[in-house]
Amino acid sequence: MSTLLAFHGVTGARGGRTLFEGLSFALRAGEAALVTGPNGVGKSSLIRIAAGLLAPAAGSVETGAPRALMAEAPALDQARSLGDALAFWAALDAVPDASTRVEEALAATSLTPIADVPVRLLSTGQRRRAALARVVASRASVWLLDEPANGLDMASVIALETLMAQHRADGGAVLLATHLPVALPGAQTIVLAP
Amino acid sequence: MSPLLTLVARDVRVAWGEGGAVYPVAFFLLTAILFPFAIGPDTALLARVGGGVIWASALLAALLPVERLVGPDAYGGTLDQLAVRGYSMALVAAAKLAAHWLSFAPPLMLAAVIAAGLLGLSGETLLKVEIGLLIGTPGLAALAVATSALVAGLRGAGAVAGLVMLPLAVPLLIFGSGSLEGGAGALKLLGAVSLVLVAGAPFVAGAAMRVGME
Repeated sequence: MSTLLAFHGVTGARGGRTLFEGLSFALRAGEAALVTGPNGVGKSSLIRIAAGLLAPAAGSVETGAPRALMAEAPALDQARSLGDALAFWAALDAVPDASTRVEEALAATSLTPIADVPVRLLSTGQRRRAALARVVASRASVWLLDEPANGLDMASVIALETLMAQHRADGGAVLLATHLPVALPGAQTIVLAP
Repeated sequence: MSPLLTLVARDVRVAWGEGGAVYPVAFFLLTAILFPFAIGPDTALLARVGGGVIWASALLAALLPVERLVGPDAYGGTLDQLAVRGYSMALVAAAKLAAHWLSFAPPLMLAAVIAAGLLGLSGETLLKVEIGLLIGTPGLAALAVATSALVAGLRGAGAVAGLVMLPLAVPLLIFGSGSLEGGAGALKLLGAVSLVLVAGAPFVAGAAMRVGME
């Protein structure tokens, strides 16, 4: 089975300070990895390296499939309605049927009733779910989730766990960085220590 | 719709939505109106310096939107999301250049007609100013996007932007206002400067945006 994402001896550094060294792991279809560790240990940097936004200080990252990123910044236009803001991103994905993908993603994250509400009026948790909806709508095989459970209520965390399980069952992979308890059965654990 | 058009349409919408297209034009008119107060109501003198006044005002007005062209997208995560989808930052910058020109230049050129009336410019001079603005504003837009990408994330970005952008815009000002008297030669040089800026800015801005992600 082909590898969707692999780290080969990756060293991560920010501002000249080494965060982690010689990290290797691989994700194949249906697999997941859980990145844990205290604040400031480099979880977000690891996710950004996996997304290709940050160059590794040493080692290499192998990517074999499209990636989708859920980071701290919502990246949704404040003035537009939630549906339109997501449709903008869906139109930029390299997959057809943007409107269908957005509708399905809104339904999967229980955001359909507020699709017409401007993004600036959404609550923190709703924005997080909207960012998750963008990941779902992208149909990318590799999900890179940085603290996705932040600001989510218990029902939404369960919905997040269900979505991740479904994505893995469909042949996707998940790389999840979190300091909150999120169920990711059968995932390999990457513990970053200061 | 192609990705480039999607990006341009989105940036134009953001510019108009935030009133970003109105403020520079209002600022341009105000600056142009300041000169008659400073110089005095000498119609002949105003008509003679009026073309240059319009060019200087256009340059100052072009500074106004620089802070919000790239900065908000950089810290709002928009650039990250585009990069993850595999779009080159040079393409994103080219889209920003086109969108900025579309939301900045046409209103400015309309406002120049009003300014020309206030300064008592002849119809002939106004035509030269408008042709010069049509050729020169793409260069101004390119400078604005490149400067915006370079200062994104700095504290006091607005002030630094002025220091970076104004000296680089001097050639546009020289050839733009020179075309009012120099004729075709100055217009050709204005076109050349504008073209160099438009061709180079997306790469400079793209590289700056890429570095800003690290």
